Amino acid sequence: MAIEANVVELPQQLPWYSLPKLRRAAGVVFKDYPVMWLTILFLVLVFPALTAQWTAPHDPLKQQLSKRLTAPVWSSGDPAKPTSWDNILGTDKQGRDILSRIMHGSRISLMVSLSALAIGGTIGTCLGLISGYFGKWVDHLIMRIVDVFLALPLILMALVIVAVFGPSFWTAIGVISVLLWSRYTRQIRAEVLSIKQMDFVARAKVAGASNVRIIIKHIFPNITNTLIVLGTLQVGTVILLEATLSFLGAGIPRPNPAWGVMVADGRDHIASAWWIAVMPGIAIMMTVLSMNMMGDWLRDKLDPKLRQV
Amino acid sequence: MQRYILIRLIQSVFTLIGVSIIVFSLARLSGNPLDVLLPEEADDETFTRISELWGLNDPWYAQYFTFVKNASKGEFGPSFKWQGRTAMELVLLHLPATLQLAGFSIAVAVLMAVPIGVMSAVKKGTLLDTVGKLIALLGQSLPSFWLAIVLIWIFAVKLGWFPTSGRGGFDNMILPASALGWFSVASFMRLTRSSMLNVLDSEYIKLARIKGLPEWKVIWKHGLKNAAIPPLTVFGAIVVGQMTGSVTIETVFAWPGIGLLALQAVNARDYQVIQAVTMFISVLFIGMNLLIDILYAYIDPRIRFT
Repeated sequence: MAIEANVVELPQQLPWYSLPKLRRAAGVVFKDYPVMWLTILFLVLVFPALTAQWTAPHDPLKQQLSKRLTAPVWSSGDPAKPTSWDNILGTDKQGRDILSRIMHGSRISLMVSLSALAIGGTIGTCLGLISGYFGKWVDHLIMRIVDVFLALPLILMALVIVAVFGPSFWTAIGVISVLLWSRYTRQIRAEVLSIKQMDFVARAKVAGASNVRIIIKHIFPNITNTLIVLGTLQVGTVILLEATLSFLGAGIPRPNPAWGVMVADGRDHIASAWWIAVMPGIAIMMTVLSMNMMGDWLRDKLDPKLRQV
Repeated sequence: MQRYILIRLIQSVFTLIGVSIIVFSLARLSGNPLDVLLPEEADDETFTRISELWGLNDPWYAQYFTFVKNASKGEFGPSFKWQGRTAMELVLLHLPATLQLAGFSIAVAVLMAVPIGVMSAVKKGTLLDTVGKLIALLGQSLPSFWLAIVLIWIFAVKLGWFPTSGRGGFDNMILPASALGWFSVASFMRLTRSSMLNVLDSEYIKLARIKGLPEWKVIWKHGLKNAAIPPLTVFGAIVVGQMTGSVTIETVFAWPGIGLLALQAVNARDYQVIQAVTMFISVLFIGMNLLIDILYAYIDPRIRFT
């Protein structure tokens, strides 16, 4: 018996850096718990977005030409340009602090994505509910319009719309909402089609409930989970779309510190000052990655049906 | 079957009409297209003359029908930025470059995604599977324009292995194709993996194993053959994704394809070229989806009756 007990004890005596223990710890953090993703999301997106004007070390628009193209603090660049803790992530070609610009950029990303989701999501959901519930020619009409929007090359359309109206914060939100709603409509419609068949809808009808009442009181509560999951999964897509538009000069206009604009600014200096383009890109990547992970996790918890989305 | 094809055809025609209405109205969103098309110094006489000539004084529905009539013949009018060429000519001129890049990047994506997807399904839960998952995750979260710039920085500037931009030999193609294909690798791999997992559970795979077939034959012949259908359905979306994604990638790499043409046309407000490019890509997408739906209905009879 004593020998067996020893055998069982052994794994617990392994040091923390042993492979099985590390693997287990990694498994807990990466797979099962959304804690890490939530933390990253909070640090990169939510916290800076809410508090950038107090916590950012510098004014994101203030130019300090004497400090232009300072490298990040850990890099051992050329001695003529000393790095400093004052500009942890370095400065761009006008001497603006990259960290401050990224922090203010979080606000833009968050605001654009939330507004676009709110607008596009509301329109898309309403149309999906109508299309799925009423069926017949209404359904056909709405679904053909959805097909049209899915067939259009999105980025190109966005570029054209922006070229006509001129780039601005609200144009960006409008364009992204226009491009976004059709996905909601498709998903919600499919959901409504199956809910419509259920007994409680038939009973509500027999009880004399109006169509509007059935949709709002009986069908809508059943699609809220789908909406939450779809919304979380879409935030990442929207942030990528906004960044791409900004990069192409069709999103947030300069000199606003949008992440996509910053990458575009750094593009010409990639050989000499890599940090200008690379840093905001990492911010985009971390935000989108953690948002997608949260979405995956929520989907598994709330709505396993959506697996295929 | 005929009925299904007919319905899908009619739907496609409706979609096409919708797309043409949107593309048509885009150029008129800003009011009279001549305001942007004609040079600043054009006098009123030229203005009215060109309006007459292009039928801009006609009611909008007449203008729309003229547009559709010409578009169906592939005529979108002369380019404004590139003098002496028609819009369609320009699209066809830039098409080979885009097709070359997209084709290469899809080929690379499939060659990478299928083996990784199959292997991570077979060795589910191992390190290989984790690496596969990581690639899929990064594929969805990396902005392609940023990836393109980082690739240029590392492989063209630092290491000097590949040229930074332009179209030329095989060397020029590797970086843009990787940046463009990255996203497709991720989605293709996820689909291959999940569909392979389904197939590996089935009875005929067990039978093949019991029969004593070598494992590689079980997986690559019996397994992959049946798992290949679901990934094929996203193929159309991937092809069009490549076309749309080419706007950013071609801009970064100065690759002279349709995407770069579109961006330059947008910047110059060359509506004729914009219309030609947009219609071209949309028609491609609609046609591709139609083809895949029909193919799929052939393979899976259940679809025909829904």
